[in-house]
Amino acid sequence: MPKATAPGAVTGRIHSWDLSTGVDGPGTRFVLFTSGCPLRCLYCANPDTWHLRDGREVTVDEVMAEIDKYRGFVTTAGGGVTLTGGEPLLQPAFTAAVLRRCEEAGLHTALDTSGFLGARASDALLADTDLVLLDIKSFDVTTYRKLTGGALAPTLNFATRLDRLGKRVWIRYVLVPGWTDDEDAVDGLAGFLSGLGCVERVDILPFHKLGATKYDALGIPFPLRETPVPGPALVDRVRDRFRERGLAAH
Amino acid sequence: MTATVTVGPRTADAWRQFAGSGWRERIDVRDFIQATYTPYAGDGSFLTGPTERTRVVWEKVSALFPEERRRGVLDVDAATPSTITSHAPGYIDRDRELIVGLQTDAPLKRAIMPNGGLRMVENGLKAYGYEPDPFVTKVFGTYRKTHNAGVFDAYTPAMRAARRVGIITGLPDAYGRGRIIGDYRRVALYGTDRLVEAKRAERALLDAMPSTADVIRDREELAEQIRALGELATMAASYGCDVTRPAATAHEAVQWLYLGFLAAVKEQNGAAMSLGRTSTFLDVYLQRDLDEGLLDETHAQELIDDFVIKLRIVRFLRTPEYDALFSGDPTWVTESIGGIGTDGRPLVTRTSFRFLQTLYNLGPAPEPNLTVLWSPRLPEGFKQFCAQVSVDTSAVQYESDDLMRPRTGDDTAIACCVSAMAVGRQMQFFGARVNLAKALLYAVNGGRDEMTGEQVTPAMPPLTGEYLDYDELSAAYDRMLDWLARTYVDALNVIHYMHDKYAYERLEMALHDHPVHRFMACGIAGLSVAVDSLSAVKHARVKVVRDATGLAVDFRTEGDFPAYGNNDDRADALAVELVESFMAKVREHPAYRDAEHTQSVLTITSNVVYGKHTGNTPDGRRTGQPFAPGANPMNGRDRHGVAASALSVAKLPYEAARDGISLTTTITPEGLGHVPGERAGHLVGILDAYMSAGGFHMNVNVLDRAVLEDAMEHPERYPELTIRVSGYAVNFVRLTREQQLDVISRTFHGSL
Repeated sequence: MPKATAPGAVTGRIHSWDLSTGVDGPGTRFVLFTSGCPLRCLYCANPDTWHLRDGREVTVDEVMAEIDKYRGFVTTAGGGVTLTGGEPLLQPAFTAAVLRRCEEAGLHTALDTSGFLGARASDALLADTDLVLLDIKSFDVTTYRKLTGGALAPTLNFATRLDRLGKRVWIRYVLVPGWTDDEDAVDGLAGFLSGLGCVERVDILPFHKLGATKYDALGIPFPLRETPVPGPALVDRVRDRFRERGLAAH
Repeated sequence: MTATVTVGPRTADAWRQFAGSGWRERIDVRDFIQATYTPYAGDGSFLTGPTERTRVVWEKVSALFPEERRRGVLDVDAATPSTITSHAPGYIDRDRELIVGLQTDAPLKRAIMPNGGLRMVENGLKAYGYEPDPFVTKVFGTYRKTHNAGVFDAYTPAMRAARRVGIITGLPDAYGRGRIIGDYRRVALYGTDRLVEAKRAERALLDAMPSTADVIRDREELAEQIRALGELATMAASYGCDVTRPAATAHEAVQWLYLGFLAAVKEQNGAAMSLGRTSTFLDVYLQRDLDEGLLDETHAQELIDDFVIKLRIVRFLRTPEYDALFSGDPTWVTESIGGIGTDGRPLVTRTSFRFLQTLYNLGPAPEPNLTVLWSPRLPEGFKQFCAQVSVDTSAVQYESDDLMRPRTGDDTAIACCVSAMAVGRQMQFFGARVNLAKALLYAVNGGRDEMTGEQVTPAMPPLTGEYLDYDELSAAYDRMLDWLARTYVDALNVIHYMHDKYAYERLEMALHDHPVHRFMACGIAGLSVAVDSLSAVKHARVKVVRDATGLAVDFRTEGDFPAYGNNDDRADALAVELVESFMAKVREHPAYRDAEHTQSVLTITSNVVYGKHTGNTPDGRRTGQPFAPGANPMNGRDRHGVAASALSVAKLPYEAARDGISLTTTITPEGLGHVPGERAGHLVGILDAYMSAGGFHMNVNVLDRAVLEDAMEHPERYPELTIRVSGYAVNFVRLTREQQLDVISRTFHGSL
């Protein structure tokens, strides 16, 4: 029988880590960007995280050693650790191991995911996750596929499962003019979410083009280069649609 | 000082309802505050906006700003050397002002103070198109020697050379040293008669001692202090105020305190003329008047608003060279707010809020330099309010009360940017700073200047290898810093001897105890450049490019190296070591008047000038490129966000930099959170976490780069745009273009 890998020696591929405030969950957080993503969202701001093979291989112990340097800071600052990417659930064993170790260290944990690979998240992984940041790219099946290259259903299934498990969930909705501002689709999503008791808030994230330089550096076209960013009026309108359904939208 | 004093009826009325006794028997404002103040644990909802009167007065004086900005100075009285009593009373709007008193007879009209240096005055005048007054030139050129003249009589050739090449710069040898905080509260609490009496008692003790040089100097100084208190009373009387007696109301307390401060800024043009820690002291009076029904909240705020208007218009005549070092016409009227008492009670009162509220009532402004003494144990409502003010105005700085309280007590105030002192009991000899990055190049070049080739230090062996060897460089750097520390402390001793002799701060020192505890406040600049250069040599390979004379003029770095500012010990430990080692070297050299050696890691805006005077460095910084300010990581090299950057800085030991460690942070609004309403709370978290990790100081800017870029193009649209630079705040549009570009090039911690 092959010897089982010690939990700390489990490896994963990561793009980078960073400290952020108020944008990847509550407070100031250590944010681990994993590499590899099954979706190709047209507005993606991090095309440098698409491929697993481009990531740097690290062990869970190495990640935890870095996180440990910030334990006091992020805890005092009301934050914790967020795993994002890429898509952390593309590497479920690694993600689960990091979350486990963070929980053991008493750190607040958040998982930022599209939910597309939600089925790969074990109940144990989710038990070690204090908050799920669920990115729902669109509520229209056709738009979702055009926008991301993937299917919507797994994400909705995952949302339902999170609700059943009683997980805290913050929804992230990127607002892209001409893509995700359709009133019916927004209404549909708001209606769906209002039926889920687990959803604490909905963050409307206005589309931006700050990732464009990364596309240039990688020599790949940025598909939404000509798409305008949403104006404040549009953001307000969409936010209000969610609020009308009793959701805490920001 | 401890003699029992008979309290007359005027004093008895002034002190009605005040608790405590120690402060009645001796001059002890801290004891008064502790005995009488009312902590406030609530939020800012009680605050009121500006009254019509406040608006009119502020608009009247604000209307003068555009013209002042255009011309550099609005007006100067070139013929009257300023003293406490030199000028007739001046007003902004006599009928409306609540708190009166100006430095000269008109608002924003600057005075000359030739005691510091005649050339400084003459250059200042000429820079703005004024002719020096022949009588002044004759008096201070012929009959009355100045501080500047004294210093240059005693400087050695080594000191002059170090100063000329810019390895030691910003020395207060041609301008007032400042950074001395008179305890202006004493004027309000005791009145000058009682203060004179206490000074006479101090003097009597000296009269019993043998007349050694030190004792003679002390006796003369005390005589001058007593004289200055008399002049203060005379000046106050010209405004109709009898400050010989204690203040009897809140209105009088604010006025008396201000007149004390005004006397100081009429007598001295010190680089930093800080106010101290007045808000909770004044709160005692405001609270008594509120309780007695003499005041309501609107009027309490109005008194503070009017006081702050006066603090905003303190002006000195400076030279263009001075402005290049300390840009934006700063005066560092620093007011320290908040903190925790040694008994655990927060020193936050409603008036702590009222001071910060002036940034809303009068709009953002760089002065007074509002400084919050932060502790995670401060009341939540106050923390939240401070952070909100930062988010809205970028005009507040924060310093760790938990680091200062055990060392300088719970009546500590900040002078200038980050210099902590017990008010009225401690003072400092301001020592500007040395350039550690340039010193590193001197180590490589055996003391030859990398820009001129001149041999500045005694000749030392240069490093001759094709690549820099870390151990060799370390040893050479250590020798170079030995020379630098010796030359530096020596120069400071000369400067402060002469400043005491020719430009003594009579009034400010009259508001201190005798004897006073003195600090010799040294400083270092270029820390991050030096550290990253050392890291490059240690962790990568650095090839030296030499000119025909063998002078190292450039470096080629092969490979990556860890940079300070990423919470990476490989680089940060070098910074800690450098700070500790230079402090130890400074301490080896006796300081004038047995002052206690300290140092700061602070540049103010001189990081630009320092960069200009420093050649290519092994970290890849190009010649002339500005340093990072203070203890900041180099611009753009801190790549992991504000927390990582701050944690690197927090590692610097306060014990080895007791004069303060300055970090200036710029965060975009989005960088503090997606939801605007949550940003202040997030900033509270960052400040709590930074200070808990041992961080000392943080300037907080909440700004988008685009706003600054637009302000450069359209300054007229941004008259109030205030940003924290390094220990102080400035009107962005008053910075030089070079400094504006430097600010814009700094790291903006945002979110992607």
